[in-house]
Amino acid sequence: MSVLTALARPERTPGPGAGTPPTAARRGHRRLLLPGLVYLVAFFLVPVGTLLATSFYASVPGGELGQYVPALRWQNYTEALAQFWPQLARSFGFAAAATVTTLLVGYPMAYVIAVRARGRPGLQGVLVVLVVAPFFTSFILRTVAWKQILADQGVVVAALRWLHLLPPDGRLTATAAAVVIGLTYAFLPFMVLPLFASLERLDPRLLEAGADLYARPLTVFRRVTLPLSMPGVVAGTLLTFIPAVGDYVTSSLLGDNRTTVMVGQVIDARFFRVLDYPTAAVLSVVLMVSILVLVTLYVRRAGTEELV
Amino acid sequence: MRGAGRAVVPTFAALGFLFLLVPIAYTVLFSFNDGGKTNLVWRGFTLDAWRNPCGAPRVCSALVGSLQVGLVSTLLATALGTLLAVGLVRGRFRGRGAVNLLVFLPMATPEVVLGAALLSQLLALRLPLGFGTVVVAHVMFCLSFVVVAVKARVATLDPALEQAAADLYATPWQAFWKVTFPLLLPGIGAAALLAFSLSFDDFIVTNFTSGGFETFPKFVYVSATRGIPPQANVISSAMFVLALLVVVLARVVSRARAAR
Repeated sequence: MSVLTALARPERTPGPGAGTPPTAARRGHRRLLLPGLVYLVAFFLVPVGTLLATSFYASVPGGELGQYVPALRWQNYTEALAQFWPQLARSFGFAAAATVTTLLVGYPMAYVIAVRARGRPGLQGVLVVLVVAPFFTSFILRTVAWKQILADQGVVVAALRWLHLLPPDGRLTATAAAVVIGLTYAFLPFMVLPLFASLERLDPRLLEAGADLYARPLTVFRRVTLPLSMPGVVAGTLLTFIPAVGDYVTSSLLGDNRTTVMVGQVIDARFFRVLDYPTAAVLSVVLMVSILVLVTLYVRRAGTEELV
Repeated sequence: MRGAGRAVVPTFAALGFLFLLVPIAYTVLFSFNDGGKTNLVWRGFTLDAWRNPCGAPRVCSALVGSLQVGLVSTLLATALGTLLAVGLVRGRFRGRGAVNLLVFLPMATPEVVLGAALLSQLLALRLPLGFGTVVVAHVMFCLSFVVVAVKARVATLDPALEQAAADLYATPWQAFWKVTFPLLLPGIGAAALLAFSLSFDDFIVTNFTSGGFETFPKFVYVSATRGIPPQANVISSAMFVLALLVVVLARVVSRARAAR
């Protein structure tokens, strides 16, 4: 699926002035942007603005459930954070853990597809299709499948108990471990594809040169392969982390109602069950802003200016 | 030792592939389960659900809902996104960075925030939720992905081709339809497939914007607490086979073209 690899591959921008079209055409190109821009402003920017406004709304004294008036009630933020900071912190923790495991599981897969299967387009094609195969079936059905696979009577739990990785009465059903496994599974393709894209561009002669200079395989990996695959690592970790923080399908299907609740579940419940729109909006705004801040810091530090 | 060392990475990779594929195998396997309405434990092989894929209540109406939303939003998102991509790559103008950021932002926003934002807007405007609002939402989040996918293709096109068309007195409109569009078609097709699969499988944004309108993921999520009927597994497995066929066909066609 060239789509997803293209997606993950940082674009090569042509140099300034390279084939700059004449002025009339340039103006024509600006006109092409208009419909899409209007759409994004109307159905993304304006709603985000409304979300921000909603986060300050105050309830009507003696009013009906779900009735609010525009206000500038800053207490919404302190109240919501005081009540729901554990769920927020947990979301970031789970997403971070899942991003790390996804990278650990995904890197060998991407490496095998890009480097070991190099020059065998048939094999490479089959492996890439295997990576995107999950996209062809229902995400929720696959998550429910995990619920069954990790069940107390299942093979996985039996094996882990036998290996003494789980105590004899240990279980995975409704645990934080199950949620992190589910998140890792859900976003693994989003890690493998960008890693594959950046490893594919790696010149194999560099690896040979490293070996010729008596570097051990691990050293070649640490000094050559890994640094050159950093754009893929950055893209993959972002494509995993961002959706994982907000995901609540996994934690609501594989987790437990008290100890693994993530912020998405709270937002959903505040909107639909309690009709507490301001709190839901506060949590959404906090989530969005923290992600933007974290991503900006991370991209600056990891230093791939091709992205963002 | 070196031989054994070389096998370590492929072994880990194989475990990774296994991890990725087991739940799919599970989903397909349980479409043949004689498990009745809940389909929780294996009770034996049957073709019942395959013979009667609409046998469970609401499952097919949910599927039709998803197909309708998927087709309409794919069409709209692909059209808007292609225009944006061409304009962004070819145009040199002030504010290009801002436009790029605006296209990138929805992708860097978790779905739950997109859903919450759209819902608060719809509540503020007192608009009724349903098919229309789901389509609006899906076009919004598919748009950015279409732009990124098509942009990659536009960037590989030589702008001299369009200039040549202009030199031969083609209007910008003609140049686009006769030169740029055919060359972009593979990228546009891939972007459309991506948009469709994103829309078809979306749960979170759909849940926020759909009201009583049901899609396939919503049906599966709601029935997850009581047990998902095997018919849902049948539909998902059939879609899986269909998508695999599309991918294989696309590969065969592109290879045949390359060989010519």
